[in-house]
Amino acid sequence: MFQSETTIFGRPTALRETVTHYCPGCTHGVIHRLVAEAIDQLGLRERTVGVAPVGCSVLAYNYFNCDFLESPHGRAPALATGYKRSRPDMIVFTYQGDGDLASIGMSEIVHAANRNEKFTTIFVNNAIYGMTGGQMAPTTLAGQVTSTCPAGRDIAKTGHPIRMAELLSALVTPTYIERVSVHSPQHIIAAKRAVRRAFEYQAANRCFSMVEVLSTCPTNWGMTPSDSTAWLEENLLKYYPLGVYRSPDKGAV
Amino acid sequence: MAKILMKGNEAIAEAAIRAGSLVYFCYPITPQTEVAEYMAKRMPEVGGVFLQAESEIAVGNMLFGASSSGRRVFTSSSSPGISLMQEAISYMAGAQLPCVILNIMRGGPGLGGILPAQSDYLQATKGGGHGDYRVLVLAPSSVQEAVDLTMLGFHLADKYRNPVMIIGDGMIGQMMEPVEFPEKYEEPELPPKDWAATGAKGRPPIVIKSLHLDPYVLEDNSIVLDKKYRQMKRDEPRYELYKVSPGNRILIVSYGTMARICQTVIDELETEGISVGLFRPITVFPYPEEALRKEANKKNIESILTVEMSMGQMLEDVERIVQGARPIKFFGRTGGIVPTPDEVKEQIKKMIRSDTAANSRKKRG
Repeated sequence: MFQSETTIFGRPTALRETVTHYCPGCTHGVIHRLVAEAIDQLGLRERTVGVAPVGCSVLAYNYFNCDFLESPHGRAPALATGYKRSRPDMIVFTYQGDGDLASIGMSEIVHAANRNEKFTTIFVNNAIYGMTGGQMAPTTLAGQVTSTCPAGRDIAKTGHPIRMAELLSALVTPTYIERVSVHSPQHIIAAKRAVRRAFEYQAANRCFSMVEVLSTCPTNWGMTPSDSTAWLEENLLKYYPLGVYRSPDKGAV
Repeated sequence: MAKILMKGNEAIAEAAIRAGSLVYFCYPITPQTEVAEYMAKRMPEVGGVFLQAESEIAVGNMLFGASSSGRRVFTSSSSPGISLMQEAISYMAGAQLPCVILNIMRGGPGLGGILPAQSDYLQATKGGGHGDYRVLVLAPSSVQEAVDLTMLGFHLADKYRNPVMIIGDGMIGQMMEPVEFPEKYEEPELPPKDWAATGAKGRPPIVIKSLHLDPYVLEDNSIVLDKKYRQMKRDEPRYELYKVSPGNRILIVSYGTMARICQTVIDELETEGISVGLFRPITVFPYPEEALRKEANKKNIESILTVEMSMGQMLEDVERIVQGARPIKFFGRTGGIVPTPDEVKEQIKKMIRSDTAANSRKKRG
């Protein structure tokens, strides 16, 4: 087999050499890679502890090459708080989906951000419950069909989709909050910058940081991977605008 | 060290610090809030971590996170708050994480009241959260014993890598008694915490979790846990006998504050020529089963009286252990009512009257 002498694109050290369980077209793999690259670039792997959620990324600890804790549904920010307060020298990140963070774990994320806990949250928003098979999430768009809103989400009965980046940005406490997307190469590059910045703010002990990543769920959206990226662009981007919402340097942006 | 007068809640807090627990999370709830207030003042003095969380659910999970780092971790709460922590307790038991949780019990169910009760016995000893797991449960009956058991609790938590619960009640938490702390806290050596997540430097990553999707692996995990609980049952039962003698006709079984009241009852009955002994479990999980069976089966014991500040929760364990060898009567008050010695005494005299009547019927018969 031909082998190049110079590796120009390899697996980040912070990722294990293993096959993930994610569905074809799901963007968890891309987001994992962005987190791992940021950890590698900042040289943090050997002092990083991740906190896995309940949901599709429940097995994240099998893919990252660093210490990991497995949290109850939604409680990752509380675990991260407990860990980081005990070991402020460590780098801690939570990796949470929308059901985990915006529904059952709403209280934990709001209070952790408000206390300015010095950890990083990667918030993967695909507007649906993936692991349990496609039920309505707090982030499901109005009219979006899921297995628990088969006629489309009725906002008169279930309220409007919750915009977490905006909601947390309303806190007085300075934080770093940015919303990014991974549906195209340009957006992935921008997302990578945001993830790295989030870890930099933590490493400098400056603030709580959260990157909300708009993600796809081809299986539960009932679409092909390419239709999913188009659907994300046409629908999610309109309701969930990208950008830096809070920065410790600028305050509310 | 000289004895100092301290409130139960504060003495327990100090004991936790002296046992090396410099990480404490809390959420205020009566009748244990003094623990939190004491910690808020003391933790900065000793360079420890104090954090008032947004809920007891968060507290439990903060304990999970902090314990994963290898630190000794502590929290305190009261009945409804402990219910909210059950999620994390189940997860910590599953992930084999040590921690010490103080439950200063109050009357329930629901919001109940704020006065002393012992009605969380079943929750503490039989699980509380989901899954096949147990926590070690220690039940002090004085402020000094609360101090000693809190310190022991941290040792046992680390020894077994398991949550330990101290169950007191509003009375233990609120009363003041003279206490003595050891000059220097010494405990038998424990193995290093090589299971803790401290950063994957020069070693493969450590994952602390309770998820095992393969049923065979999950069953194996439950078998490992069960082995640990069996070892606890073998090595950790603790109890105390009070005025147990061949002259006893009745054996009282009681724990915590209630056992303390029963001692007064026994002393008073003694002056009236009535001989009653007390069996007081100090660990209620593991329950000192063998010791209770031995005492209950002594020839002179005609009947057993279980006394609790509940509707009869430990009673189920006593019945299970005695297995019908002796008749068991129950006396209890709950809702926050602490029985008076006179009430318990009256119950015992009633038992003696009916036993005597039964005996004479038997003789005539």
